[in-house]
This record gives sequence, structure tokens and C-alpha cells, in this order.
Amino acid sequence: MTATNPAHLHYTAEHEWLEEGSPATVGITATAAEALGDIVYLELPAVGEQIAAGAVIGEIESTKSVSELFSPASGTVVEVNQAAVDDPSLVSSDPFGAGWLLKVDVTGLGPVLTADEYAALAAG
Amino acid sequence: MTDLLSPLHDEHVALGAVLTSFAGWSMPLRYTSDLAEHTAVRTAAGLFDLSHMGELEITGPQAGLALDVALVGHLSALAVGRARYTMIVAPDGGVLDDLVVYRLADERFLVVANASNVALVRSALTERLGGFDAALDDASARTALIAVQGPRAEQIVTGLVAGPATQRQPDGGPGQTPQMEPGPADAVRALRYYAAVEAVVAGVPALVARTGYTGEDGFELFVAAEAAPAVWRAVLAVGRPLGLVPAGLSARDSLRLEAGMPLYGNELDRTTSPYDAGLGRVVRLDKTDPQGGPLLFVGRQALQARAAAEPRRTLVGLEGLGRRAARHGYPVLDGEGAQVGVVTSGAPSPTLGRPVAMAYVPPALSAVGTELAVDVRGRAEPVRVVALPFYRRDR
Repeated sequence: MTATNPAHLHYTAEHEWLEEGSPATVGITATAAEALGDIVYLELPAVGEQIAAGAVIGEIESTKSVSELFSPASGTVVEVNQAAVDDPSLVSSDPFGAGWLLKVDVTGLGPVLTADEYAALAAG
Repeated sequence: MTDLLSPLHDEHVALGAVLTSFAGWSMPLRYTSDLAEHTAVRTAAGLFDLSHMGELEITGPQAGLALDVALVGHLSALAVGRARYTMIVAPDGGVLDDLVVYRLADERFLVVANASNVALVRSALTERLGGFDAALDDASARTALIAVQGPRAEQIVTGLVAGPATQRQPDGGPGQTPQMEPGPADAVRALRYYAAVEAVVAGVPALVARTGYTGEDGFELFVAAEAAPAVWRAVLAVGRPLGLVPAGLSARDSLRLEAGMPLYGNELDRTTSPYDAGLGRVVRLDKTDPQGGPLLFVGRQALQARAAAEPRRTLVGLEGLGRRAARHGYPVLDGEGAQVGVVTSGAPSPTLGRPVAMAYVPPALSAVGTELAVDVRGRAEPVRVVALPFYRRDR
């Protein structure tokens, strides 16, 4: 399966995406979701938590493996996707849409990639 | 080094499998969804390609005796048509591989080894067979192994076995009632667990074994490599309407973990004795040589000492009380946070809905109900010792 990475998003080398906005939205890419397999458990930061770009802020667990969630930006978590926490299969089935993870008031962006740069990296 | 390709590789590609490198082979990790494949095996059936496993044929008048010396089991006592789970150990008692051995005829055995250990097992067996009237033939490359596992496996496999029950002609003169003779499908249906019979499956000669690695009823079909795609497709065609799906190594691993079955490289390795793993029953210290004396099999001395001594560690089941799953290699902690053991396998159990793991801990901490913790990436997660297996099918 070839994942299409939306062109308007920022990406990290650790397979997160960030959509700019007030607040910004953060999730993991389809490439990451596919590699994990069926996601069964999400551990996300709490609303109000200060997060730093590049820091580990959560975990995404599948039957086969577990992956850490790295923050693509610094700022404050203002919302977590409770629907995805309750039903992590949303992240597997719609990682760029209903499977978003966090909304963040961003104070600074970490090192990010364009969709093309990320696709080249993910292709390995 | 390029990975070897299964004789079913083209089938996997056509089915859209995600392939992974495993023990030098490119094999399906999953076709669609790990969870769906796992659940299908528990509720209907799954189809697995196990062609990466090794098949070694041991033949000759002393084949049984030679295997008695080479392995920890009592293979010369095995009845024709039956199978045994056994192990090959080093002289120090460390496990080199766990094996399933079939007796196909009085003087013909089939040893099935893990893909990662085939070369090692072949060379160890070749050496240990020296001096006996027995020969080893590595049939791995020409043999495909296809597993059909799950509650519908019997219906699916018997549906593909040629020949209905046949009417036997009376031979005792006129007036006798013709009798129905059991056909090949009946023979497969009547197979006991860890038994095998030769049958024609989807037009292909096969060794049909009632064995598996999932905790479900099921069959393993040994067929010629070139005939494997025909059998694979026939199983899919007959099985799909009954809920069978092709299943990958990911589902195989979560299924065997729930069933409490060891995986070489996780629960078993060169530093483990069968006793550590709770599998001391496979070591037949009671087997005798043809003169009736104790049979000096490889590893006997070391294993006899280990059998008599208190083990330093023992394999237990752990049930996670939180959500985060313990994984292979994570430290097991006691109440004070000191490391007392190590996790060998762990995952969120799809069937139970909570994390499960197997781990080595000191015998003093192995009682069911003992509360321990696992260091899951820097944070202690509470676990409790539970009886193995985690899952047992209704019979």
C-alpha cells in the first residue's frame, strides 16, 4: 500500500504530522500506522501539559509492537482525541483524519519536513 | 544476503501481504490486519505458510535408536503415524532447538525444525547419527508446509481430501452385507492430536498432521514445493465462505503467546534448559538402550543434574494489570523495584483484551497470584503471575 501524504502538512522524521492552525493538529502518518499494524492502545499527554519539540510525549501500541510519539512542536496541549483513545483503530484506519491525536497551542516548531521530503525518507 | 522466497511467495504478493524478513526468509507478516487474522483463527480458521521451517528425514534400520541418542525424547518408542514435541540440546543441556518429530514408518522419521536453526540441527544430527545405520536427508527446500488452524479447520481440510467412504465387497461368500470402509476423509477426520496420515489434498499427495502452534484445532500439510500453490488456493477457495483468512507471522505469534507455547529465541535458547521452560517432561531420562540400560543421549548427564537441582529460574505467565504491554527483554521487578527476571514474550492479548507476557523469574516468585512489576520503558507496570496458558479453547 502506498500512503499519500497530504501536501499541506508538516512531517517529522519520526513519522508525526502537524497541521498548522490555532490550535495546530498532530497525528501520525499512514506509513507509521501501517508499520505498527492494528493499534490497540494510545497513551497521550494530558490537556494543559507543556510539551517540547522532539520530546517523547506518548506511546502508540499495537499487538506486534510499540512506538513512541515525538512532539513535532513546543507548546501546550489543548485537546486530545478522546474518540481515538477510546477506539485506537481510528488511527489505523484514518491516520490523517479521524485518527488525529492532539491539538496544540504551538509556541515553536521543531525540525519538520515537507510531504515530498518525508516521502523520500519513508521510502528509505 | 537476499532472503529466501517461499514456494508460495507469488500467492502472498497477489494477496497484498506485508512481507517481513524472518530467519533468512521473506514471509508474510500480515495480509490485512493482525487482529482480524488472530480472531479468524480463534473463531473460524486461518491459513499459514510455514514453508520456512525445516524438514529433515531420518531413515534406516537404526533411525529410531539414533534419534534416541541425538534428542531428549524417546523416539524409538513412537508409534508409526504419531508425532512428538521434543528438543535437541547441547552436551551442557542448553536447548539448540525445539522440534516436532513424526514417525512415518518403522525406519523413517521426519524432524521439523525452526527456520532459524535448520542448519545447526542438520549438522548436529548428522554428527550424532555417525556410527548408526541411519541417514539424514534435508527435504526443506523441496517441501512446503501449509497450516490450516481454527475450529473450522477440520471441515475445510476434510472437504479437500479425495475420496468418500467406499463400499467394501464382501469376501466371505454370498449373503454377506457389504460394509462401508472408512475413506481418506474419514481418516483425516479421525486423526488424533499429534498424529499424521498420508492423504491426497486438492489432488496433491500430502502428509496431513493434526498439529499446530495456535492453541486451536488444526492441521499442518506437508506437500511438494511445486504443488503448494494449488493446495493453498484450494484451501482458500473452500475456506473463505467458512470464514478462513490467510494469516501472517504477526497473528501466529500472538496466537502462540496466548496458548502459552514457547518460541525459540524468546522462551528457549542455548542458555535455557528444558526444565527452566517448564518442559522437563520432554526429557526422557527413563529411556533405555537396547540392552535395557540407561540410554546415554547427548546432554543426559547435564540434564540429570539439572532435574535434581532447584532451578535458578522458571517460566511463568504474567497478566498485565494496566494497559501498557510488557515486551521481549523488559526487566521484571519485585516490590522494591529490583530486577528479578526478564520478559521473554509479551503483547496485548487480542482474545483477553489485556496485556499478557511470559517471563523467567526465580522459583520463589513464580506462584500464581504473585504480584510483580515490569519495567515498561522506564515505568513500572503492575503484573500478576497467572497460570499458563492464557487461553485454552473449549473442547
